[in-house]
Amino acid sequence: MTDLSIQEASEIAHNYRVIRDKRKRRAAITKHLFLAICSLIMVYPLIWMIVSSVKPDNEIFGNISLWPSEFIWQNYPDGWNGLFLSFTVFYKNSIIVTVLAVIGNTLSCSFAAYAFARLEFKGKNIFFALMMMTLMIPYHVVLIPQYLLFLKIGWVNTFLPLIVPRFLAGDAFFIFLMVQFFRQLPRDLDEAAMIDGCSPFKIYWAVIMPLSLPALATTAIFTFIWTWEDFLGPLIYLNDIRDYTVPLALRNFISQDSVSMFGQLFAMSILSIVPIFVFFIFFQKFIIRGIATSGLK
Amino acid sequence: MSGVNLNKVVKTYGDLEIIHGIDLEVHDGEFLVLVGPSGCGKSTLLRMIAGLEEITDGTISIGDRIVNDVPAAQRNLSMVFQSYALYPHMTVRKNLAFGLGNLKMPKAEIAKRVAEVAKILQIEELLERKPRQLSGGQKQRVAIGRSIVREPELFLFDEPLSNLDAELRVQMRVELAGLYQRLGTTMIYVTHDQIEAMTLATRIVVLQAGIIEQVGTPFDLYNFPQNKFVATFIGSPKMNMIEGTANKSGLLLPDFGQISLPKNAPKSGNIHFGIRPEQFTIGKGGDATSTGKITLIEYLGSELFLYITLPSGHVVLVQASSQTQYKTGEELTLSLTAKNAHYFGEDNLRIPLYDEKK
Repeated sequence: MTDLSIQEASEIAHNYRVIRDKRKRRAAITKHLFLAICSLIMVYPLIWMIVSSVKPDNEIFGNISLWPSEFIWQNYPDGWNGLFLSFTVFYKNSIIVTVLAVIGNTLSCSFAAYAFARLEFKGKNIFFALMMMTLMIPYHVVLIPQYLLFLKIGWVNTFLPLIVPRFLAGDAFFIFLMVQFFRQLPRDLDEAAMIDGCSPFKIYWAVIMPLSLPALATTAIFTFIWTWEDFLGPLIYLNDIRDYTVPLALRNFISQDSVSMFGQLFAMSILSIVPIFVFFIFFQKFIIRGIATSGLK
Repeated sequence: MSGVNLNKVVKTYGDLEIIHGIDLEVHDGEFLVLVGPSGCGKSTLLRMIAGLEEITDGTISIGDRIVNDVPAAQRNLSMVFQSYALYPHMTVRKNLAFGLGNLKMPKAEIAKRVAEVAKILQIEELLERKPRQLSGGQKQRVAIGRSIVREPELFLFDEPLSNLDAELRVQMRVELAGLYQRLGTTMIYVTHDQIEAMTLATRIVVLQAGIIEQVGTPFDLYNFPQNKFVATFIGSPKMNMIEGTANKSGLLLPDFGQISLPKNAPKSGNIHFGIRPEQFTIGKGGDATSTGKITLIEYLGSELFLYITLPSGHVVLVQASSQTQYKTGEELTLSLTAKNAHYFGEDNLRIPLYDEKK
């Protein structure tokens, strides 16, 4: 083999580097293209809804093109006041129900979870098993007995059936989620707090809860989303249009006997997503921050 | 300050009894170390004193007060955990102040005490940091700070140094000893590390399988172990045990032959003959000699340990001068003196042959 001069060697190395960089770039482009197409498929319904909210009604289902022939921004103000009552009322109702549900669910489920994860009481395992069993019962099975119960105590046509159960730790899924989270917090912390003079409640409040922000935020986010977009619950318990929540109100745009106002329906649907979006943006920070604080050792 | 008294303390988990009726008196202002192999119940015992574990039977009193049913918070003690157990979401300052806040102490007093403790432990510049920003040694200091800031009458330590690296462990050990001298408060300390036990303790309690094997000063435990377990447990490296047979003129040992014992020695039966590595002499002399082959050399700088295989195949550990050169495979003459050894009967209990003369 002949010896290479330094110049020749560096030239070869340079060429290799160029080829390698090219290959890397090509791989990156392919990857991004693939992901971009996938995400386009994912968000297509949303884009379709946004576009439809500014299309003339006759174009929504008649025209394949995504681009509207003219932008009807009027759908938004018209939609807001398009029903018998303005959407201000429906938003107010939704906010009352959702905010109370989030507070109730997060607090009560974390209480129950703390008891299952940390306290000793008789029949703990049986209660836990019973609670887990409720996960396996479909909502539709309890729907009718629950309705009858609320009818008997005179709560139908009020927000109470949508709010009060949330304060009674009725959501086995979130209790289970938090029990699992609490269990992985070191017991030494509880014991240190106990020696530092904390009651069980103080241990929960001052030690366990601040360390469980990720689990609490997850519960809050999902409760918010599920309550905000819940249709069935408000449908069976709320009869007066003045008590309607946003999803229930949206349904009123579709009329069986006269013309449905789809443009306004989509405009209001877009607006109904905004609170979920804002709430998620705000609370997902806690998920991240919570994970960052959990470096215990 | 106050002592602790355990009276026939029993702990069972279900049907399994793991602490079998322990009686122990911890004197006021004493540094008592509980030591034993893992699973011997030493941590459980400490946790029962702390009030983190219920006792099944017996009584525990701190000072004059029986505390069987007193919750941990009201026992006026503090505890340092192996994992430090610092509250991860609080700054060092809040970690220190947390217990005082629970006592409803005025804020000015809390601030004063926190500052004092931070000064003693040299953690003043760490006060605004969160535990995750601290090194192992700093966390350890904060954990100790959290326990002394409350000025309790009793300190409990549950293997506090076992998560530290070797160098830091030595340093913290010295600091702990200094802290004890300064505070003079009763301390109960659990460890499986016998060097920690020997260096820190006023008295050591050796536990095994839920019973106390021996209580005594480090000197007593090393020089007068009351049974075979304590003899082999205390001392590093371990005491050599040679099985001998007692006869009319003394004791017959394999490899070393006959040695004579005082008149009060048993005249028959097996005797466990215990001799520490430093009590062998290399070369002739003493009461009995044997030759052996060096199979392994451990050079530690200041000292040197030789693993010597005797003609019977038995291996003994011998401490030698680190300044002499030895080679593996080399033949050595080894001698021992009867009065430097320890004797245990068939029941594993000490036979006190030479104890008064030491």
